[in-house]
Amino acid sequence: MRELTYAQAINEGIREEMRHNGKIVVLGEDVGKYGGVFGVTRGLYDEFGAARVRDCPLNEAAIVGCAIGLAIAGRPAIAELEFMDFTTFAMDPITNQAPKLRFFWGGQVSVPLVVRTPIAAGLGFGTQHSQSLEAWLVHVPGLKVVMPSTAYDAKGLIKTAIRDPNPVVFAESISLYSARGEIPDEEYVIPFGKADIKRKGDDVTLVALGPIMPKALQAAEELAQQGVDVEVIDPRTVAPLDIDTIVNSVKKTGRLVVAHVAHKTGGVGAEIAQQVVERAFDSLDGPPVRVAAADVPIAASQRLEQATLPDVAGMMKACLSFRQ
Amino acid sequence: MTLSAEQQIEAFRRMWLIRYFEEAAIRLYGEGRYRGSTHPYIAQEATALGVCAALQSTDVVLATYRGHGAAIAKGADPKAMMAELLGKATGMCKGKGGSMHMSQTEVGFLGCNAIVAGHIAIAGGVALAQQLDGTGAVTACFFGDGASCEGVFYETLNMATLWKLPLLLVVENNEYAISTHVSDAISVPDISMRAQGFGLPGVTVDGRDFDAVYAAATQAVARARRGDGPTLLEAKTVRWSRHSAVAAGGAGGEKADRWKLTDPIPRFRQELIQRGILAEARAAEIERDARQVIDDAAAYAIDSPYPALEELHTDIFA
Repeated sequence: MRELTYAQAINEGIREEMRHNGKIVVLGEDVGKYGGVFGVTRGLYDEFGAARVRDCPLNEAAIVGCAIGLAIAGRPAIAELEFMDFTTFAMDPITNQAPKLRFFWGGQVSVPLVVRTPIAAGLGFGTQHSQSLEAWLVHVPGLKVVMPSTAYDAKGLIKTAIRDPNPVVFAESISLYSARGEIPDEEYVIPFGKADIKRKGDDVTLVALGPIMPKALQAAEELAQQGVDVEVIDPRTVAPLDIDTIVNSVKKTGRLVVAHVAHKTGGVGAEIAQQVVERAFDSLDGPPVRVAAADVPIAASQRLEQATLPDVAGMMKACLSFRQ
Repeated sequence: MTLSAEQQIEAFRRMWLIRYFEEAAIRLYGEGRYRGSTHPYIAQEATALGVCAALQSTDVVLATYRGHGAAIAKGADPKAMMAELLGKATGMCKGKGGSMHMSQTEVGFLGCNAIVAGHIAIAGGVALAQQLDGTGAVTACFFGDGASCEGVFYETLNMATLWKLPLLLVVENNEYAISTHVSDAISVPDISMRAQGFGLPGVTVDGRDFDAVYAAATQAVARARRGDGPTLLEAKTVRWSRHSAVAAGGAGGEKADRWKLTDPIPRFRQELIQRGILAEARAAEIERDARQVIDDAAAYAIDSPYPALEELHTDIFA
């Protein structure tokens, strides 16, 4: 099998879908001739032209709003926002419009929209370029939220996102863009709401979201050498959330750790932990543990950022905290 | 392009439908038949009709929470609207939308939107789809003077002009954003002047004058269909006595009845009579019939059932 990077895999997924469906439009800042600030849309402009791969002015609210207009008029739209922090300028279209139009218009429209936006945590981009805001989004009924952690998943999930007749926020990870993975020659899709067990184990369940996955797997390998067998679960989509796979794992291990680069308070980790408590309280050996960013703004200084974000040692410590 | 006598009479009829619809909406709110609020379009009828008369059935209209007028002008069904207002299962949105979220896509009314200016960029996207599809259709987007202060309005002005989108941006300047008068909110005397900074035509007309609105809209539609891009059309008007059923806002006190001095409906009626298109008796009959349509719609809405609770979980995902 051939290998592609995570960024190339997303690119290939978009390219295949744009070949299948001539109605699809890509829009965003620098997505056209330049190929995207991180190169994810490279070559699409050359293949599909300026009408379908549209360089936009710096206006996030209008980019997503315009993408919604395209979508409800029958043209699936893929909008790119260069950093997840920039979704703040587009919060009205992302939260008030795209996920609600179908409902409050009684089903008269569908909104085939993908908002692609990357998480940059851990790369020294500083306070306004390093946030992971999925918790804000999963709070909104009508939105789907995807957080792929491998090249293989990224390709299969972006294709599903583009085919979905509903609004999807596709949260990529800049730290993973150059990560390589095996990609089948033939096309494939990955359904939403289906978690992937990245590593099987019997002692502790470690649920890890998006960009933290490589560190979660590293923590699991190091713990294996200490005789602790960690099961690492990647929900892949946080809305819809495959809670069944997580609950089944916890019923086996009795221990739950949830890790994400988003801040701890009000994070998706709290939601997953609570759902497990409601479903599998009697199976738990102790309270679920969250490993997440400290509740402080993310500093640019490497020393300070590293102290803010969750790391391998933190996940190992959390997994060991259940041992007597 | 001139309108036939029949088309002008239909515009006159729809003006009365809007007026009576809004009076019924206010009355039904007072009777406690629905909750929330309603934002009457009274005194602005000539603007919606003037613009929609310049459109084809395949063109699209988007409007704000003060959007009942645009809906009726584009041909939406008053019965389904009234039922929607009352939150009934027979409403055009199954009762889920209410006063501020009406829509009827089959007549090209792509709905009301309750986030001020939130729909302007969406209208740009609909216009972009029309441009890419090459159908020759255009989009008209109604919004108020208040919305013209929101950032996304300017973002859309820039992008729509840059891309030459087939779009009419119709700003209905009714002088007040709830209580704030335009003189306290807007730095230019005419909102159409905003167009100068973006490189598109900006036109101001008397929004209570059907003919003036229609003439300006016709030019803007022709320009859009030619592929020359958007137009910012400002329709100046005077707001009805309140912002909404809930908020009085400005224009209260002795100013409350000011709109009646320039009421667009008697003015249009007089025009049609002078042109020999309409006789007094026929005008009175049209008004009576419109009132009956709305009375029937209200009775239909009151008699309609509320939605089943299962509807809570439908229409979220396609």
